[in-house]
Amino acid sequence: MANQEKEVAQFTIHYTQYLDKHGNPTQPLPSLAEDPKQLVNLYRSMLVTRAFDEKSVKLQRMGKLGTFPSVLGQEAIGVGVGSVMRKEDVLCPNYRDYGAQFSHGVSMSELLVYWGGDERGSNFAKARQDFPVCIPIASQALHAVGAATAIKLRKESRVVVVMLGDGATSRGDFYEAMNVAGVWDLPVVFVVNNNQWAISMRREEQSRTKTLAQKGIAAGIWSEQIDGNDVFAVHEVTQAAIERAREAKGPTLIEALSYRMGDHTTADDASRYRDPSELEQHREEDPIKRLRYYLEQKGWWNDQKEQELHKEIEEEIETAVKEYLSNQPNTPESMFDHLFEKLPEPLVPQKEAVKRLYKGSKDE
Amino acid sequence: MSEKTLVEAINLALAHELAADRDVVVFGEDVGANGGVFRATIDLQSQFGVDRVFDTPLAENMIAGLAVGMAAQGLKPVAEIQFMGFIYAALDQLISHASRMRHRTQGRLTCPMVMRTPFGGGIHAPEHHSESTEALFAHIPGLRVVIPSSPQQAYGLLLASIRDPDPVVFLEPTRLYRLFKQEVVDDGKALPLDECFILREGRDVTLISWGAMLVETLKVANELAKRNIEAEIIDVATINPLDMDTILRSIEKTGRCVIVHEAVRTCGVGAEIAAQISEHALTSLLAPIQRVTGYDTIIPLPALEQYYLPSENRILQAIQKTLEYS
Repeated sequence: MANQEKEVAQFTIHYTQYLDKHGNPTQPLPSLAEDPKQLVNLYRSMLVTRAFDEKSVKLQRMGKLGTFPSVLGQEAIGVGVGSVMRKEDVLCPNYRDYGAQFSHGVSMSELLVYWGGDERGSNFAKARQDFPVCIPIASQALHAVGAATAIKLRKESRVVVVMLGDGATSRGDFYEAMNVAGVWDLPVVFVVNNNQWAISMRREEQSRTKTLAQKGIAAGIWSEQIDGNDVFAVHEVTQAAIERAREAKGPTLIEALSYRMGDHTTADDASRYRDPSELEQHREEDPIKRLRYYLEQKGWWNDQKEQELHKEIEEEIETAVKEYLSNQPNTPESMFDHLFEKLPEPLVPQKEAVKRLYKGSKDE
Repeated sequence: MSEKTLVEAINLALAHELAADRDVVVFGEDVGANGGVFRATIDLQSQFGVDRVFDTPLAENMIAGLAVGMAAQGLKPVAEIQFMGFIYAALDQLISHASRMRHRTQGRLTCPMVMRTPFGGGIHAPEHHSESTEALFAHIPGLRVVIPSSPQQAYGLLLASIRDPDPVVFLEPTRLYRLFKQEVVDDGKALPLDECFILREGRDVTLISWGAMLVETLKVANELAKRNIEAEIIDVATINPLDMDTILRSIEKTGRCVIVHEAVRTCGVGAEIAAQISEHALTSLLAPIQRVTGYDTIIPLPALEQYYLPSENRILQAIQKTLEYS
């Protein structure tokens, strides 16, 4: 009998990079490359993210902040993604996405209040529709497809962006979310920050697949890989994905390659499982340095501007920290607030008991 | 007005809310054209369209997460989980997100969703289709747990659950789906979500139960009445938050109490009720509280199921024990 085997499916994963680690173009640059104002904005946002990160780690070491996950070295991803979202879009962040959160209207003091251990930090004054940071891995991907379903059912032109880490791509939630996004053509963009580490687990130990992007192929959604330390690539590819979603042309999975330069969180010590020489190698790939090289080559940046910007950001952060540190703890009985819209009668005695027990424990 | 089974009353309530509120959406596995494996959603898709009543891919945690995301955007999702045995994949979303979204955003995002699922034994179902794990859900702060025991009550409680601004797990006793019919008035009237129902008044003993076990409990009470023993029956239809006031008032009157539930004994909702009675009404008790429950075993497959489920005889014996205590 003749061989009946035939190829029934095939796929390719594209990789996009515009700037190499020295800030030199690796292909014709997008129009963004000729827009100094926007580039300086992106540069500024990345510096803000890094400075916030450094300050937060310091505050934690001083006992003034709870456990904090650093985003050091991955700033281009959040900043690039946030820069192409519209105000009315919805962000479902992971716990390491300050860049995206800031760009979408979340304030530094709000995030400090949250990481300082106070629920009120997630009651964002501006990003009212955005989800709070998600601690259980990948479960926010399901909220993203839920929000996207609501948007689609109401025939709105908004888009949901969900951010995840490389470890998240091993979880069922991630596959389940992509599967339904694919089959329903939902207006959602999945962005995976592949920083090579899930606490102490290397990317290679996480999955046999050559790319994480190809996991989206199984769900029938457009999937690609980018250099996540190249803010040009993040900006361009995410923008295209968001526009496709907005025009009801389906969801996208973007795997952004980066590297976790810090520990998993302030409670982690990466030297237990990671050779420090790896850091040296990846320091060269720094996303901020890369954009600075480009800006300097174009004559749009210099040391004086750099110093001025640092000073400006430092002041901004000091103001946020002051605001955070002046935040008074909520009352003990507030743990009963917002549990339900109206506290059910059976719970009232418990709340009253807490109130009596800790009377006067709050600055009044 | 017409006579309806419990599952028909569920359908009626869903149709009522779909018609009344544009934000209500009904979804789950096979709920569309098929009308659900128990037909709870029959004809809803043809009546309200595929944008309001739709099938989902087969993934229970996804269904729950989808509901959380939709609810945060202002919809009122009513999700069906085909059987309670499949709901455990969704526990992560219920515990980590649905029940705490309002609190952790301090009221900014809320989760007005209902997750309906059939549960309980006595229908000769395959493995994983007969458990009663309401206590698992009652242990989650911020989540309401509701269990109806009759068609009219199911209608009113489901309306209330859909209209409630917070997440509700709505557990439908499979054994009652078609056991009996009752006049159901489609009047759009919701029942309260944190009050027990007194199904029968009596002075001699308080019988506390919920869901399908009320069938046996009521039968036993009627038998006892022939012997001039008047049992008061409390239907704890709203498992969490738990209305202890109604229960305590009854205990103060009767001084004797038997709790009947299908779920395993240890850490069952009956244990919580007994603990609260001893905290608040110990001096009213004339006899130790009796519990008639499933055993601390895995509910057997249909061949032995009848030996696991509390029987009329076991309930009667427990009542006699409490009445004879002095």
